[in-house]
Amino acid sequence: MKDRSYRAVMARRNEIMKASVGIDYDRYRITDIAFDYERMMEEIGYTLEEVEKIQRETGVGNTPLIELKNITKLIRHISAPGKGARVFLKDEAANPSGSFKDRRASISVHKAKELGYKGVIAATSGNYGAAVASQASKRGLKCIVVQETFDSRGIGQPEILEKGRACEAYGAEVVQLSVGPELFYYFLLLLEETGFFNASLYTPYGIAGVETLGYELSKQCRSITGKDPDYVVVTHAGGGNLTGTARGLRKAGAHDTKVVGASVNLSGLHMASDKDFNRKSFTTGHTGFGIPFAVYPDRSDVPRNAARALRYMDKYLLVSQGEVFYVTEMIARREGMQRGPAGNTSLTAAISLARELPEDAIVVVQETEYTGAGKLPSAQLSFAIENGVEVLRGDPLALDKPGKRIVIPEKPEQIRARELPLDKLRKSYLKELAKRGHRELTAEDLEFISADLRLREDKIMEMFKEVLKNG
Amino acid sequence: MIALKAKKGQWVQIHKVVLNPEERAPQVPEDTKLVPLVMRVKGYLIDEEASVGDLVSIETVAGRKVVGRLIAIEPTYTHNFGKHVPVLAEIDREFSQLADSLNEGEEK
Ligand SMILES: Cc1ncc(COP(=O)(O)O)c(C=O)c1O
Repeated sequence: MKDRSYRAVMARRNEIMKASVGIDYDRYRITDIAFDYERMMEEIGYTLEEVEKIQRETGVGNTPLIELKNITKLIRHISAPGKGARVFLKDEAANPSGSFKDRRASISVHKAKELGYKGVIAATSGNYGAAVASQASKRGLKCIVVQETFDSRGIGQPEILEKGRACEAYGAEVVQLSVGPELFYYFLLLLEETGFFNASLYTPYGIAGVETLGYELSKQCRSITGKDPDYVVVTHAGGGNLTGTARGLRKAGAHDTKVVGASVNLSGLHMASDKDFNRKSFTTGHTGFGIPFAVYPDRSDVPRNAARALRYMDKYLLVSQGEVFYVTEMIARREGMQRGPAGNTSLTAAISLARELPEDAIVVVQETEYTGAGKLPSAQLSFAIENGVEVLRGDPLALDKPGKRIVIPEKPEQIRARELPLDKLRKSYLKELAKRGHRELTAEDLEFISADLRLREDKIMEMFKEVLKNG
Repeated sequence: MIALKAKKGQWVQIHKVVLNPEERAPQVPEDTKLVPLVMRVKGYLIDEEASVGDLVSIETVAGRKVVGRLIAIEPTYTHNFGKHVPVLAEIDREFSQLADSLNEGEEK
């Protein structure tokens, strides 16, 4: 019997991962830091046409692009004359399990089946679990979802519980864990025990699956408006949504479209803290994932992460929990669409952005997700209040305090996203390298980092020196 | 009424301590380090009969056999739509009023 202690299992991680994703990552390795990203995407991923075909088989994709005319009208009402872009929304909730995550799951599960695995395992906060479970049942595979569910009191966030329920509804075994990063350890144990496929969110398969999203939306936008979007706003957590969408836009030839990441600001809350776990009203699309994954993508459950947000992000906007709740009510009341939190996060940022743009500009919010019990603002706010979080009306920009206070705008003018400068993230990326013991960068490292950060090599050297000096 | 005993084949939930506090990962924050890592999973009871608190075996829907303490017999989902939240009712009303005034502005 193999040693099941934390240390022993983590020491076997590469071996376990290699057996469970069918990818030999060593083939793409250049140095400890650098690897051949594009070659990996080309060789391991699928072409856009192949992805489309696989997705058609299980009813994934081809979701509608909808113009939010009433919201646009509202934006123009509160903007300077001549300002207020047209806002469109891609209704990804129309996918089989209710989110864009079906696109990712469809390719991973197809691959697992092709390689002859009996089942798939995913470690996820939830929507992805539901997507994997849904795709697995369509393709006749078993499915296990490992989810961080409850705190030491045994209490779980209503949205987490709902996502777990959805996974079970689609036939998954849901392994629920209490708070802590050792989820990964348990995930490895399960892979070893079952020999199932690791349906990681971060393989080239998962990312290739999202490319159709960006591709479709460019085509749809051209056919409705005659041009590509000026901005596409993407809810950002682990970075696959943004990476895949941006790559799809490029494949459609939409080279001038700017890609904007949007996350809920949860600064001050520690993601691995038992006490903080139930003090947040968002379970994904927040800075607790968004920042760490942008600045160190390879922290994921595969050796080299195919989701690399800083390669594709043109701007990063943060919104508050209260603003997203406000906008969730707005889209229900003004557009007759009740949708879940992740899509409404990018919609919130899009409203703020659209106010600054001319009327002929086009902003596309690239997803929605399903909603219902547990996910609704009423469920989240009730839970927040029970857990001692204050809920009030006011200006979020002045009063928001994640974990302590949720501030709902008093008027639409108070929807104002804050920009987090990309250079700050780039610097944090270099700090992560320093933290991992890197003191010198080779020519190959520099070339890789330059692509990863979209920054000139001399700028990188300058920043890295500063990081080494000042920490 | 919740049955006091579960029978073989019944849908149940078990729990198990995966890591004791002293076995937790080094990077775990202080508050989390004070408590064990706990796992819960549901499945069909393999034992002939069991009460809450007993050590039992189950078969999960993925076909795994797992041993743990029985914590619930026929567990139900407890999450819901939440309570009435006055702040939400307030903003919903504002959006309706705003819609009315924007539409009026258009008609004039
Ligand atoms: C519905 C939905 N939208 C967006 C995201 C964020 O995607 P990513 O983690 O790829 O950045 C998630 C991820 O959890 C999600 O479930």
